[in-house]
Amino acid sequence: MEPSLATYLALSGILFTIGAVGVVFKRNAIGMFMCIELMLNAVNLTFVAFSRYYGDVTGQLFVFMVMSVAAAEAAVGLGIIIAFFRNRVSVDVDDASVLKN
Amino acid sequence: MATTALFFIFAGIAIGCALSLVYNRNPLYSAVSLIGVFVALSCIYITLAAPFIAAVQILIYAGAIMVLVIFVIMLLNLDDDKPYRRLGYLYALGGFLGIVLLAQTFFVFWAVTKTTKPAVAGAFKAEETVGRTMSIGTNMYTEYLLPVEIVGVLLLMAIIGGVILVRRLSQPELELVVDNELARRNEAEEADDYRIEL
Repeated sequence: MEPSLATYLALSGILFTIGAVGVVFKRNAIGMFMCIELMLNAVNLTFVAFSRYYGDVTGQLFVFMVMSVAAAEAAVGLGIIIAFFRNRVSVDVDDASVLKN
Repeated sequence: MATTALFFIFAGIAIGCALSLVYNRNPLYSAVSLIGVFVALSCIYITLAAPFIAAVQILIYAGAIMVLVIFVIMLLNLDDDKPYRRLGYLYALGGFLGIVLLAQTFFVFWAVTKTTKPAVAGAFKAEETVGRTMSIGTNMYTEYLLPVEIVGVLLLMAIIGGVILVRRLSQPELELVVDNELARRNEAEEADDYRIEL
């Protein structure tokens, strides 16, 4: 007997919750980036579970798209972090307050 | 039965690694925990009969993205996070967000369990070709050709954006930036002097 669809959705929801809370709690830009990756993975899990449940390959194709977007996000996000570090010698998001005044 | 046991083992590993990702202050420990999450999720994809996605998960996430992240962590030589000095309301907000999302998760669990009893009892549809590389490739280059092309353009834009972000300014532009900054500081100092004279 296989675990039901609801079990997979519950696991995905728990992982998404941990990721979302992590984004708020972390101060480190790289830590926030990794929490966002965790949330993307939680969504991928729902796609694959529904794809299996309905016997339709579309869900797995969209997992592939999400992974491509995550790779693009990694390239741009890490570029921004490096550019920020070059100006501020810190990756602390609380230091990114140039626009405040 | 074996699938259920494997699912719960890897679900436990995934949740434990995710908690360790948020808990650890050292970014390198967080990155290693995230790799644990990716590997556990890849094993769960195999229990869902999606071997292609499982392989791609390891290749792209654990193999490419996380190597890039760890490379950046080492390049920047990051220390542990300092003790939190964020505003208190952010913790309240985070806790509230977590409670709401967890409640939503358990509501979805309850609702899906309640409404799909017959379908779930019959387990998943046994179509063995669905997760295979061939069916994914066929669909990708026939029905979903346009999205694939759009993703290709997106990746190209990301490459260009990454290069432009990380590039150092060429010498004349850099001098211009430095000149502007010096002029701005001089003006500020003159303004200060003026204020002192007053």
